[in-house]
Amino acid sequence: MSVSHVPTSDAASPRLVANRVLVTLLCAGLLAAWLLPFATMSPNRLASGQTVGLGEALSAWQLSAFLALWAVLAIAALRRPLPRGLAHGVVLLASLGLLLITLYSLGDYAQRTLVERSPSARVSQGSAFWVMVFCCALAAIDAFQRASSGWLLRLGYMLIAGGSVAMLFASGHFDELSIMREYTNIRDKFADQFITHLVLVGSALGPALLIGIPLGLLAHRHVRLQGTLFSVLNFFQTIPSIALFALLIAPLSALGNAFPLLGEWGVKGIGAVPAIIALVMYALLPVVRNTYAGLKGVPPATVEAARGMGMTARQVLWRVEIPLALPVMLSGLRIVTVQAIGLTVVAALIGAGGLGAFIFQGLGQYAIDLVLLGAIPTIVLAVIADFTLQMLVVLSKPASTRR
Amino acid sequence: MSVSALSRAPSSRRVLLIALSTLLIALVLGMEQLAPLFRALFPDQDPAMYQRESFLNLTLAHLALVLVSSLISVSVGVAAGLFVTRPAGREFEPLVSTLAAIGQTFPPAAVLAIVVPVAGFGFVPTLVALVLYGLLPVVQNTVAGLGTVPAQTLEAARGNGMSAWQILWRIELPLAMRVIIAGVRVSVIINIGTATIGSTVGAKTLGTPIIAGLVGNNLPYVIQGAVLVGLLAIVTDLAFERLEQRFSFGASGAAS
Repeated sequence: MSVSHVPTSDAASPRLVANRVLVTLLCAGLLAAWLLPFATMSPNRLASGQTVGLGEALSAWQLSAFLALWAVLAIAALRRPLPRGLAHGVVLLASLGLLLITLYSLGDYAQRTLVERSPSARVSQGSAFWVMVFCCALAAIDAFQRASSGWLLRLGYMLIAGGSVAMLFASGHFDELSIMREYTNIRDKFADQFITHLVLVGSALGPALLIGIPLGLLAHRHVRLQGTLFSVLNFFQTIPSIALFALLIAPLSALGNAFPLLGEWGVKGIGAVPAIIALVMYALLPVVRNTYAGLKGVPPATVEAARGMGMTARQVLWRVEIPLALPVMLSGLRIVTVQAIGLTVVAALIGAGGLGAFIFQGLGQYAIDLVLLGAIPTIVLAVIADFTLQMLVVLSKPASTRR
Repeated sequence: MSVSALSRAPSSRRVLLIALSTLLIALVLGMEQLAPLFRALFPDQDPAMYQRESFLNLTLAHLALVLVSSLISVSVGVAAGLFVTRPAGREFEPLVSTLAAIGQTFPPAAVLAIVVPVAGFGFVPTLVALVLYGLLPVVQNTVAGLGTVPAQTLEAARGNGMSAWQILWRIELPLAMRVIIAGVRVSVIINIGTATIGSTVGAKTLGTPIIAGLVGNNLPYVIQGAVLVGLLAIVTDLAFERLEQRFSFGASGAAS
């Protein structure tokens, strides 16, 4: 149902533009570059900043490279002269180039400012910067969809793009940016909280799978259970995260007080234990639902045939049903992982730690850089987890049905 | 997202909905009456009842935030979904669908935090975050719902001489309505939760007593806020479940 190619049937009315999506993105990017601040500069950490436009922030060669790549993209959006297939490739390369130029220019501007102004000056990214990054990413995604490229090419492109950005970071190019200086201040704490975040997600996923997959099997085998089971799990999923975290505090602190031994194991009102319990409760519905849906999707004839070959019930389950249900079960894992990464942010409110700690600490002190240091890695983590598990889903399908 | 097709007999769900909404209203209006209970349970807490603001006011503020944001999300989201399924906007459909899918992997709390530098503290950033996030399920389900309308049905309608507008209003939207409402349901439920977190950026919601309790180490505050907002979400979800059932015509295009 997705329209992967530009319709060519209306050749009777030849249009100048072949890719209106790209034209829209280019206009949005240019408008943002023109009207919105590319960066903000403040004399020190606390003073309010002044905005800096694109023309002011970029050096001559950067600005010309920026405009040249923009023009290349504009030409690629036209019906002529580039053939469609080539145009998609050009868009992919040029949008990556534009992304890297945008990132490089911001870091470069920060370095120049510190030398020319004062070492205590702070340079932050402005809204035009974000819009431009966003437009580059969308242009690349759109080009992939138009070229209906396979997953291998997408993976390769993602690795190259991610690798180049990571190299810019690793080379210390961004070290003078305000957000990176904030990062340098909290480097050790950041690593700790990042690991805490991952550990929380991991320790919620384990029990969720251990409980959820058998429950999904049970729902598949006993039809009468389904209604109640899914209603209860849907209830958990409906309760707002912060309320569920909070409601677990009272019973757990009572439990910890009543049995000091449990308290020593960390069962108390606040901290990691209520967070993990709440995350497991949220994770159950997608795991159970997708296990059930996956098993239900196995053709009855296949199961019959396996039985006819003399397989035992256990063999049918492990060698036929679960392998065939695996793609759907893995998409459940994908939903749950992404969801848990996001919900762990909120767990910081009940003292469980994780990247959310920076977000709420930053909000409390109105330290925007700190807020972003919590929020951006969480988003990147969620997107990477989503992409990786999506790849796993594709790979778990029989080779003939992959796309 | 819909599990409604599997749930128990509709009559028992209706009783549940009525019972829980009665409980919610009773608690919103009469939480103060439970003060002796909270004092008995938490003898060490001095104010065992959140009194800086009435629970009615907090609930109304919460509802206003969710209602305003959902109205904007639904109108913009359905319009966007319609645009990308018409001939004029079909070119944008793959990108918009991908955007809606990727956007939903962004944690709501992170989106809320990122809006603060742009929009400041209080009601406005929470509203912006809620609108942005609430858009995505609506767009996704509008596109999915319109996609479930069988091509033969559209052919037949065209053959009967219906105009594009008539087909949209009389055939496509009614047939897609159940899936669209399922998207609105997801959007509203997420927004009720995100609005609760909105109290950390200064919006007045039912999350305010929760945060006040967590910061001030006052468990009764936490429980009072959490019970109300949990009930509010469950009652809303049950109400949407009934609304969805009203629009099911046997054909159930499930949108995940």
